[in-house]
Amino acid sequence: MTSSFTDRLLGRVKLSGWVSLAAPILAILFAGIVTSIVLAITGNPVFDTLTTMVDYGSQPRSLVLILNNATTYYLSALAVALGFRMNLFNIGVDGQYRLAALVAAAVGGAVTLPAPFHPILIILVSMLVGAAWAGIAGVLKATRGVSEVISTIMLNTIATGLGAYLLAEWAVPVAGSNNIGTPPIAASGQVPGLAMVPGSSLKVFGLVFLAVAVGIGFHVLLNKTRFGFDLRATGRSEQAAVASGVNVKRMVVYAMLISGGMAGLIGMPQLLGASYSYSLDFQPGLGFTGIAIALLGRNNPVGIAFGALLWAFLDVSANILGLHKISPEIVTIMQGVIVLSVVIAYELAHRYRGVAEQKRVSRELAGAASTPQKEGASA
Amino acid sequence: MISTGPLGTLTQEASISTETTVSEVAVQLEGITKRFPGVVANRDISLTVQKGHIHAIVGENGAGKSTLMKILYGMQRPDEGEIRVNGSPVTFHTPGDAISAGIGMVHQHFMLADNLTVLENVILGSEPRKGGLALDFAAARKKIKDISDAYGLGIDPDVLVEDIGVGIRQRVEILKVLYRGARILILDEPTAVLVPHEVDELFENLHGLVREGITIIFISHHLDEVLKVADAITVIRRGTTVAEVSPEGVTARQLAELMVGSELPSPETRESTVTDVVALQVTGLTIGADGERRVLDDVTLTIHKGEVLGIAGVEGNGQAELVEAIMGIRPSTGTITLAGEEITSWTTLRRREAGIGYIPEDRHRHGLLLEAPLWENRILGHQSEKVNVKGWWINRKGARADTERIVEQYDVRTPGIDVDAAALSGGNQQKLIVGREMSGEPKLLIAAHPTRGVDVGAQAAIWDHLRTARAAGLAVLLISADLDELIGLSDWLKVIHRGAVVAEFDPATVTPEQLGSAMTGAGEEA
Repeated sequence: MTSSFTDRLLGRVKLSGWVSLAAPILAILFAGIVTSIVLAITGNPVFDTLTTMVDYGSQPRSLVLILNNATTYYLSALAVALGFRMNLFNIGVDGQYRLAALVAAAVGGAVTLPAPFHPILIILVSMLVGAAWAGIAGVLKATRGVSEVISTIMLNTIATGLGAYLLAEWAVPVAGSNNIGTPPIAASGQVPGLAMVPGSSLKVFGLVFLAVAVGIGFHVLLNKTRFGFDLRATGRSEQAAVASGVNVKRMVVYAMLISGGMAGLIGMPQLLGASYSYSLDFQPGLGFTGIAIALLGRNNPVGIAFGALLWAFLDVSANILGLHKISPEIVTIMQGVIVLSVVIAYELAHRYRGVAEQKRVSRELAGAASTPQKEGASA
Repeated sequence: MISTGPLGTLTQEASISTETTVSEVAVQLEGITKRFPGVVANRDISLTVQKGHIHAIVGENGAGKSTLMKILYGMQRPDEGEIRVNGSPVTFHTPGDAISAGIGMVHQHFMLADNLTVLENVILGSEPRKGGLALDFAAARKKIKDISDAYGLGIDPDVLVEDIGVGIRQRVEILKVLYRGARILILDEPTAVLVPHEVDELFENLHGLVREGITIIFISHHLDEVLKVADAITVIRRGTTVAEVSPEGVTARQLAELMVGSELPSPETRESTVTDVVALQVTGLTIGADGERRVLDDVTLTIHKGEVLGIAGVEGNGQAELVEAIMGIRPSTGTITLAGEEITSWTTLRRREAGIGYIPEDRHRHGLLLEAPLWENRILGHQSEKVNVKGWWINRKGARADTERIVEQYDVRTPGIDVDAAALSGGNQQKLIVGREMSGEPKLLIAAHPTRGVDVGAQAAIWDHLRTARAAGLAVLLISADLDELIGLSDWLKVIHRGAVVAEFDPATVTPEQLGSAMTGAGEEA
């Protein structure tokens, strides 16, 4: 085989044609079957449970929640995917976004600016903090050869501690609870929600458009620019990239900075659209969800969008299960099985495609040329 | 490292077994046909290999040799036909079946883990156990040493594979197969990576093996070598066996014509196009600190416009490092000047932009993104060339159009520019690289083994392109293990040994023997 399993796993190798669609769909069906078996074993009605989830998940209110969750997941998975495309495992997205959201919330709460500039400042701060935090791992890797897996995991822990300290320094009590949080961001810094779904008073995060823009930017950066070419080349074959003149060390730092900057955005839809303050109950763990969704979407912005929506749907629709005395953890099982089976399905699809492509090439060459020096598939 | 031939008891056993096994058939293939959709890779192949023979199989790339060997090694199953090993019919489902039938294969592209030692690589998958659980390294080490000594393979079991050269890696591969008890050895292009004296050494080893009753199936492009070493030769063309000849009754030329069915190319350059304008000046290039063994030791060389400078040397004597130092991939001391401008401190990219083209030694690792389409491979290494980019942006249209041009001009056989590079045969991959590196009017071309592992047709085409570019004023640094290629293409030859230039020759007057002895470090006075 010419590409390693990790290459294929992380989508540095493209998968095209119908197999790229069939693989995840089959994997999700398979995950559904496994989940059904688990439901049946635990004595729950399989069909009823699934229809209840779909019914609940398609309520207007649920749709808004799904969109909002998916927005956050999408940003998280993109941040992870950017690193993956270059063979960088940014496991530290979690710490990056939490620290970035905290500092951005503090800055946003401390200043007041005219409307368009206030949220822009907050977003810029979050990106800078995320980038700086991820950049530490990038610089360590480039200068000292420290594995970014190790350093980002450690930075996650440090971010938790640092965050707790900073929050204690900056926090004020949240009105009407025992919670503490950063001073609330003034109205000028808030991004109003949109009533996009009829039939629900809940609003979709205004920053859903930011997520879409980041997705488009991701695609453009990777596929249309020199920088993206260098990044993908480094991910596909570092040695070939070095020989072609790519400064791999500099690329490592840049990629970590960009990935961290994107990670900084993860907390923004929630912060600027709903909570307006970073408090103790700010949602943790999104960075790890992002890893799963990036794998699910093969690090492709469109694939990740579907992955994020699916994930959010499962999360939201799980809420109804408690009412029916079914453990909502069934959804966690399903999510786990989906990731595993998608990875396996992509691997099978890749093998199929590799063989199919070589056959196609030799067939077309054999058809085109009847000269004695034709080149076969084997060499 | 120098082989002294099979030693001790093995030699005695060998000479005894030779007497008894002369006319037995080790492998017999009959009516083998293998179809892939749209292509018949093998058609009605018949082959009889005598036990204790070195049986050569020659044919162009894509003629079906590799498929045939994959069938024999259990990697593919034939659609029709029968395989008999030592007289009894066999069906192989996996290479494991072939190995247990005593068939071992040494692949053209080595299958070794760089970060493991030789010992660990050899025992990988057939580890000797001690007390059921622990690995018996001592026993393995002894067995490896015994095999290595017996055949003069000169292998140290405890070095890391990443630290040894291509020549030694191949011997490790052979050792690996022997270690598993193979009695029938398939060698796929074994000499493609070796220099003459290593080839002689290999042949000595092969003779040692057959004396012991081992059968060798030898696949090669190098017809002179085939004639030298083989006991029998089978020629394959377009998927079928076209001739069975004895090496005594045939010349290399006749053999080659059987192979391609047409007139043959030769690497000779006609008249000199050397000018007195210096294109590349390298002075005192050194890699390695004082006190240590220097990988590259004070190398000084000059290449003029229109000149091909050939570097001859045994693999692993600093050629790869020289190339990487000039490309700026590997740090070095000394000065490098390109067309009068000092580039010593420049980055690889800047050197490429200044007009250095680079055909790397290992096209799979360094020259291509195998799983990327051809047009993206066109951009690789030329990320700042006008046709490929517009400022920050990739110029998709331009790159695609230029890829089409390369495919056309350099006769890259492909159904389109959107197929992955991995789907092309080696020769076509190399033609794409050559075309790419010749684009953008380079001042200097570094060609490391430009025709290694490519078929005769592609080889001739690549030689032609090098000659044409040379006539147009290109300076070429040619590194090759193929002495005919070096002598035929170069205007001047330097011999590198242990990182230092030890001899220089005029290719018009030098003989391969002179070169060969200089390459081993014995010819300094020459």
